[in-house]
Amino acid sequence: MHPAFAGLLTIVIGVGGCIAYYYFSNQFLDRVLFPPKGPNAGRNINRANMIRPWLFLAPALIALGLYLAYPVVETLRLSLTDRSQGGAFVGLDNYRQMASEPKFWEALTNNFLWLLIVPAFSTMFGLLAAQLTDRIGWGAIAKSLIFMPMAISFVGAAVIWKLVYDTRPIDQEQIGVMNAIYLSLGGEAPKTWLTIPFWNSILLMVVLIWIQTGFAMVILSAALRGIPEETVEAAIVDGANPFQVFFQIKMPQIASTIVVVWTTITIVVLKVFDIVFAMTNGQWETQVLANYMYDKLFRANDWGVGSASAMVIMLLVSPILVWNVYNARKEMR
Amino acid sequence: MDNIAGTKSSLTWAVHLSVVLLVGLWLFPTVGLLVSSFRTADQIATSGWWRALFPSEQNLVLRTGAPSDQTQEGSLYVIEGNLFVEDGKPRPEATISVWGITSQDIAAYSAGDTADRGADGRVTVLENGDYRFEKDSAFEGRRGDRIFVTARTPPEFTLRNYQNVLFDPSNREGMSKAFFNTLTVTIPATIIPILVAAFAAYALAWMDFPGRALLIAAVVALLVVPLQLALIPLLKFHNEIGIGKGYLGAWMAHTGFGLPLAIYLLRNYMVGLPRDIIENARVDGASDFQIFVKIILPLSFPALASFAIFQFLWTWNDLLVALVFLIDSTGETTVMTKQIVELLGTRGGNWEILATSAFVSISVPLLVFFAMQKYLVRGLLAGSVK
Repeated sequence: MHPAFAGLLTIVIGVGGCIAYYYFSNQFLDRVLFPPKGPNAGRNINRANMIRPWLFLAPALIALGLYLAYPVVETLRLSLTDRSQGGAFVGLDNYRQMASEPKFWEALTNNFLWLLIVPAFSTMFGLLAAQLTDRIGWGAIAKSLIFMPMAISFVGAAVIWKLVYDTRPIDQEQIGVMNAIYLSLGGEAPKTWLTIPFWNSILLMVVLIWIQTGFAMVILSAALRGIPEETVEAAIVDGANPFQVFFQIKMPQIASTIVVVWTTITIVVLKVFDIVFAMTNGQWETQVLANYMYDKLFRANDWGVGSASAMVIMLLVSPILVWNVYNARKEMR
Repeated sequence: MDNIAGTKSSLTWAVHLSVVLLVGLWLFPTVGLLVSSFRTADQIATSGWWRALFPSEQNLVLRTGAPSDQTQEGSLYVIEGNLFVEDGKPRPEATISVWGITSQDIAAYSAGDTADRGADGRVTVLENGDYRFEKDSAFEGRRGDRIFVTARTPPEFTLRNYQNVLFDPSNREGMSKAFFNTLTVTIPATIIPILVAAFAAYALAWMDFPGRALLIAAVVALLVVPLQLALIPLLKFHNEIGIGKGYLGAWMAHTGFGLPLAIYLLRNYMVGLPRDIIENARVDGASDFQIFVKIILPLSFPALASFAIFQFLWTWNDLLVALVFLIDSTGETTVMTKQIVELLGTRGGNWEILATSAFVSISVPLLVFFAMQKYLVRGLLAGSVK
């Protein structure tokens, strides 16, 4: 069967199935199980209303449980077992083996670098762009152009930036902007940027900053517009200059939004995979956890260590997870 | 805020200038790839794309006509023609400044000069590329002689890369197939989670039952669970229930991974809908199912659109899920992101193919982005955990 046709069929079956499920399960509840008539009408209505939410929730709960909650537990279990010994429990052996690999420590160090640099610069550029574009007539156009990289895939972005970092032999004309600039500023020989340790990691981070700045800008720009006009006006009347207005009046009022942007980008950074996979594949000391894990799982076929490294990512995400849940609950009260 | 007292005009100029700079910086890399995708392999390799928009000074190696083209004029054997004609097709206007007949000295003669090669004859090359090669004895061999020219060529763009990548049946990159595969993955993976999430979001927003707050908290928690944890357990699961690697697995995985955001976004939106409408409908005897289908769904259109765009962009741009759940060893179900990564590995230097393939893959999300940016922004604002 042609895959496009299969896709169409899936849409029809999936959508039709969902609608049929919701419709008939509701009908069944109201007509057959607890009909709102007869001697127990009142009790039946109450019972039906107790069950109905779960009818609405069931497909989503099953999918969430199976595709997100169960894997967390299962990955934890896999990280404590050895596949080559038939899945025997080996305690922390996988973690110990992982800790003995220099590649893991390289990935962890790099991830921390990413965590420090990418959210900071994305938020900073985002804030700058938001503040500047809010004040000019063509700000909307400027915003959508800065926002555009959000729509580009990490892989597409990798290609775009590989062209920027491209290197040609010294006797040929450079087609990568970076080398062209480097040579015109008096550099002696073109450099293969992506093979220079430390700096190559920074160059990969630039790609993610380029993508995430638009996100930060959009959220922060909305927050800036939400600031009560009176506070700004009062500050100006009191003789504050634009910089004082920005840093002492506006910044404190959007601090909570900055935290949101920062944490959201942090999560993206922790999962970053495609950029490294496509540009260097972790060579020349650019390894990160997500790519290290992919290597372990699908190249080395080592499920134990792979799962252990996945758990490390989970562990790093956990504080943000707890913080988000805490905030969401506070807001609901 | 332009007219607030104390805003200086010099500062306004600085703002304009900085925004121009920022936008330029952000656009520059993408424009580079776009321009490159319209240039020939030769052009890409010989000059930076930023020069493509201006006439460029190029060093070219061209050939005179083959000896089979020679004519006899009295005692002279002559080959005449234009150097820029290639395979019978003329190239766009170019002007030759200097030229040479050996690779050691490519600027030996100016346009219009005649090079005397002794027994090997005399060559004259004019500015427009016309040449005359004459010799006392007959020309021999199969190919013409090389002429090294330095020419100023006007900017030139071609659609041939796109033709090659998309429509050439013999091309090995298979981008058109990958394009349709991507589409096949994307559309069901966008539509199905919306429906499942909408019902769940309604229950979480407007139905009262024990454990509701806990479930909402769980959804918020699952929002940030890394995809990486799900890879092995789910691959095992897919193999056990017999669907292995394929579209079905990819659709299910995308649905599962997209649900937390979908439920979260939709619930936040639905909670904000006016209570009166829903309670009036209840009083009038509408069931929850009717309220949902007839009132909530139509009113939630903006939120549904926001999520649809997110999910579309995410599934279209995805690499990891496709690598793990979709693409089997036959490679029949390969998607564009995977094709591009493969091209980066095997044909890293062939920028005309790479740039074009990447742009084919980028173009659809960009179109969606510019057409529906309003909903995307709205979704972002609602979706970031406050």
